[in-house]
Amino acid sequence: MITIQKYVRAQSLEEAWQLNQNKRNRILGGMLWMRLGKSSINTAIDLCDLGLNTIEETEEAFSIGAMVTLRDLETHNGLNSYTNGAVAHAVQDIVGVQFRNLATVGGSIWGRFGFSDVLTVFLAMDTYVELYKGGIIPLEQFNNMKKDNDILVRIIVKKAPCKVVYTAMRAQRTDFPVLACAVSCLNGEYRASVGARPARAQIYRDENKLAAGAVTEENASAFAAFVAENAPTEGNVRGSAAYRTHLIRVLVKRCMLELGGI
Amino acid sequence: MEIKLKLNGKAILASVEADTVLLDFLRDHGCLSIKRGCDTSNCGLCTVLMDGKPILSCSTLAVRADGHEIYTLEGLQAEAEDFVGFIADQGADQCGFCNPGYVMNTIALLRENPDPTDEEILAFLAGNLCRCSGYDGQLRGIRNYLNSRKA
Repeated sequence: MITIQKYVRAQSLEEAWQLNQNKRNRILGGMLWMRLGKSSINTAIDLCDLGLNTIEETEEAFSIGAMVTLRDLETHNGLNSYTNGAVAHAVQDIVGVQFRNLATVGGSIWGRFGFSDVLTVFLAMDTYVELYKGGIIPLEQFNNMKKDNDILVRIIVKKAPCKVVYTAMRAQRTDFPVLACAVSCLNGEYRASVGARPARAQIYRDENKLAAGAVTEENASAFAAFVAENAPTEGNVRGSAAYRTHLIRVLVKRCMLELGGI
Repeated sequence: MEIKLKLNGKAILASVEADTVLLDFLRDHGCLSIKRGCDTSNCGLCTVLMDGKPILSCSTLAVRADGHEIYTLEGLQAEAEDFVGFIADQGADQCGFCNPGYVMNTIALLRENPDPTDEEILAFLAGNLCRCSGYDGQLRGIRNYLNSRKA
């Protein structure tokens, strides 16, 4: 149960940032996760008037405003053409259409949730976040930072030469993933982003060039084994650590084979 | 706080607390089709259309509806009448508690995709839970309605 004393639609990022310096104030995303917690919020800060609900595509990048919904990601032709449907695939089983019409990309990425499909798929690409005070930094760097009182303004996905595949294991279609996995070939380098370990997603790069050259059953298995050996897993109600490690081996290999068209 | 919105086509001016959720606001304004189910953003019972898009009213602040247009089943009965009989014919409503949410989301589906496949129907309605049926009745009802339109 949350209580909110005051609600403000910020008219500028500076106003939102100033309000957000008070620890009892909170920026609203889709409010879906926040609402399940227990907190007493002094001022709820809404960014909905700041024009951050659009996806802008240029020849170099996609600029995705923090208030863009997961449903917008799912149905955006340009983004899904660039990712061959991987972004839509990553979000389409998150609860239901009504939920995805509310949940925002800013809330999902800012939360750096352990279960996040959204973080997992964006980490696999050449992705950056724009923070109001912190500027533009790689998503990977942001993912490892502690939460502070800055504001996530937008996500930027650069159109680097990239092929990406996403998959997840769920016990039931709309449940949290037991394991989420995105594998990409970005500028010629293979990388696997593994989420729902159940800790927040992390990137594992093919540093040893196990998958160099064309994808084969053998090198896909070798890279999947490497990721499974290096990605820490834990157990929770959805699966044990050992099961998740096994899933990493299976899902990374499947993604690799799909990347290679096998 | 004062909010202005359009509810089922009528302009409304109202005063709400900052943490009032849209579900409570709408029920207080006579829209009793909206049900509180899970209250955790999972079941779809509280589905309403905001600017034509289905959302969960249990998880939306009423103040966020300021300046927007909200439709509940009370305002869309004529549109719903087209297909709810087909769902009833399949016995899919059973206890009926989930029905308003189902109907609202089906309206949203058919507006967006007038001729969906079975898989598209199941995907779009995945956020509507029913504890009576196995979902087959709803699917058959919608399929029969779509087939009747083609006949």
